[in-house]
Parts: sequence; C-alpha cells; structure tokens
Amino acid sequence: MDVKRRKFLKIAGLSAVAGVAAPSAFNMLLKGDAVASSGGGHAEKTENTGHAAKAEPKGIQYGLVIDVKKITHTKGLAEKCIDACHTEHNVPDFGNPKDEIKWLWVDDYEHSFPEHSHHQKNDALHEMQFMLLCNHCEKPSCVRACPTKATFKNKDGIVMMDYHRCIGCRFCMAACPYGARSFNWRNPREQYANGNFKFYKKPLNPEFPTRMRGVVEKCNFCAKRLSKGMMPSCVEACGNTGAMVFGDINDPKSEISKVLRENYTIQRKPASGTYPSVFYII
Amino acid sequence: MYDSGKVITGLAIFVAIICFPLWYNVINGAERIPIPLMPKDQKKCVAPSDYMRKSHMVLLNDWRDEVVRTGEREFQVIDGKKYEKSLQNGCMNCHQSREKFCTSCHTYAAVTPYCWDCHVEPKEMN
Ligand code: SF4
Ligand code: SF4
Repeated sequence: MDVKRRKFLKIAGLSAVAGVAAPSAFNMLLKGDAVASSGGGHAEKTENTGHAAKAEPKGIQYGLVIDVKKITHTKGLAEKCIDACHTEHNVPDFGNPKDEIKWLWVDDYEHSFPEHSHHQKNDALHEMQFMLLCNHCEKPSCVRACPTKATFKNKDGIVMMDYHRCIGCRFCMAACPYGARSFNWRNPREQYANGNFKFYKKPLNPEFPTRMRGVVEKCNFCAKRLSKGMMPSCVEACGNTGAMVFGDINDPKSEISKVLRENYTIQRKPASGTYPSVFYII
Repeated sequence: MYDSGKVITGLAIFVAIICFPLWYNVINGAERIPIPLMPKDQKKCVAPSDYMRKSHMVLLNDWRDEVVRTGEREFQVIDGKKYEKSLQNGCMNCHQSREKFCTSCHTYAAVTPYCWDCHVEPKEMN
C-alpha cells in the first residue's frame, strides 16, 4: 500500500511539473521573454559603469542634474526645495524618523556615494549637501520587483506609482538600491469622531491626493506639473540659481544634455546597473 | 387533518418573523430612496445622468487609468466646457458636498468605496 502511494505521488508530481513547466517554458521561448526573466536583459555588455555602456537611447527619458556646490552654498536652498516638493505632494511629516516619508532629502557624501573611495577624501566634500531622490532609473529594479505593476515606467521615462494598485508588499523597497522609497506605516490624514481632519503637515494641497496607510511612495518627478508645462517643484524652487536642471537626457539638444556634456557628473551606485537619471556635479 | 388551526397559526407567525427586516423597514420608513444633491448652477455632466447613475464608477476607473497610467490628462471638453479628469479637482468642482452627493447613496446601497481615504474633499480645505 505504502509503496503504491509513493509511486502514485511521484508520477503525479512529475506530470504536474511537466504539465506546468513545458507550456510556459515553450511560450516564453516563443515570445522571447526568457531573457527578461532571467535577470540580465541588457543587449550590450554590462560594464556596470552607469551610462557609459549604454545602447542607443530611444524615447524620452527625463533626468535631473544637481549642482552640489550651488545647493550647499546657497543658504537654505536645500530646505526650500524639500519644502516645495513635500508641500506640493502632501508628503506628511510625522515628526519621528521611524515613520518618516521622504521624496526629496539631503545626506552626506559617504551615504550618497558609498561605492566611491573614501580614503583621505577632499575636505570640501565633508560639508556638501547631496540632494537625494528617486533616480527614475532607465532600468529600474523596483519596476521589475513589483508584483502588481503598481510601479511602472511611463512614456516619459518617469518611474510612476499607481497608489490604487499598491498592496504594500514592499518588494520595491527591497529592490531599490538607493533607498528612494518610503512606506506609509500610518495614515497621513486622520478623521476624528467629530468629523474634523488632521493632516500631519500643514498646509494640505487641495490639488493633490494624500496616500493611505499600507502603500509605498516616492518622488514622481512632478508628472502632473510636467503635463501642464511646468517644471518640477524642486527645480522651480531653485529659481535662477541653476542648482538644478531638468529635461530629456535622450534629446541631445536639450539644456540638460548640454549641461551633462559640459560638466563632469557622477551618479549614485552606477554598479547596480539601473542607470540612474539623476546626476551630480561635484 | 389534526390541529390544522395550530399549524397554520404557527406558520403565519414563522413567516412574520422571517420577514421582520421587511416590515421593520416599512414601519420605519427606511425604504425611502435617497435623492443626491445636484449642483444648482450646472445643467450638464460629462455624460448623461442615466449613465452617470449606473456607471460613474466605470468612468472614474477609466479616468484613473488614463491619468495615472497612460498620462492622458487632457481635459474633457463637452459642449465647450472643460472638465478635468479628476475626482477632487474635477467632479467636486460641481458636486461640492461629498456628504449629500456621494455618501447619501453609498450608504443606502451599502457600498464603501475608499476614494476619500486619499482624495481630498472640498470641505476639508476650510
Ligand atoms: S531610484 Fe529606486 S525607486 Fe527610483 S527608479 Fe531607481 S530603483 Fe526605482
Ligand atoms: S509595495 Fe506596492 S509598489 Fe512596492 S512592489 Fe509591492 S505592490 Fe508594488
């Protein structure tokens, strides 16, 4: 009896594996998807040096150049940018680091560029303020990791989030090499029994929704403002200091391309192979 | 048949008890269908009212996809008037009271959409 049952299970197991695997493997080969799901996917040799080994760009890819010296040496500019962004998008401020939600923030050189050599580094770098945000990577690992397609890349190269779809699994947070995503542990807006509301950061921008507990959020390059022909809030907050330049990095005639050609810029963690679209002039 | 009187009385009581929710509502007048508050200064909506009554959720869902996912954020122009594809910046411009417009029907129909968990209703701004 025992032997019979084991034999039966073996056969059943094998046929199940064969039944499930064969058609899907076959389909994958037919559609040529096999490469995409096996991790690599780059046609070019991945030298892992950021944009150096890139294939011919196609379509729009919005990007941002940040002049670190200008940000650091214009007093209060970083704070102004962060405030503009967080007010525009109703990013709550719970007042404690554990619940912190951040779309745009500052950190020091060590934390921003951990892969760069830190041996006896330039004194000036110590005091620099590096503005960090989602890099809107060309090959974003967060998009691959998201099981619901809540995170996706739009036609302008912006890595967008559809909060309606996010199930809060936080795979994207684990996949992003830059820590660019925040999880909402709490509701940013609460309704009291008397019907009044509390929003954890004043003022509330009536034009933009808030999020809810249980979703992940991050910078969206101000997709809504772009659609109205405006610049992202942080870029606008920089005014004419030139500390931030935004535009299509795939268009050789755009201002940002010119700035990139004329300056030496670095990207964060180029070795992760996501091709960040945010560049730093240091 | 024995005790037919008792059986019939018993049945009658049983049916009456089973139907409690029905006659309770009739007595209490809870069966009144809510009339959502319509904007006074607007005659037209983005679609005929019959469609809006039955399928506003479909329309909202389509708008959501168009705006968030494909980036088609352009205004809808109907009879020369522009409407923004947006719940809080479009719909609520005319239908200013969430309580009297959305909630009254949703409560009646016992559906609890979670739009307002994130979207901001006009009253919150005051
Ligand atoms: S920085 Fe992180 S969250 Fe932003 S696109 Fe790249 S991998 Fe995704
Ligand atoms: S947390 Fe949300 S956005 Fe992130 S991977 Fe899960 S579903 Fe996608």
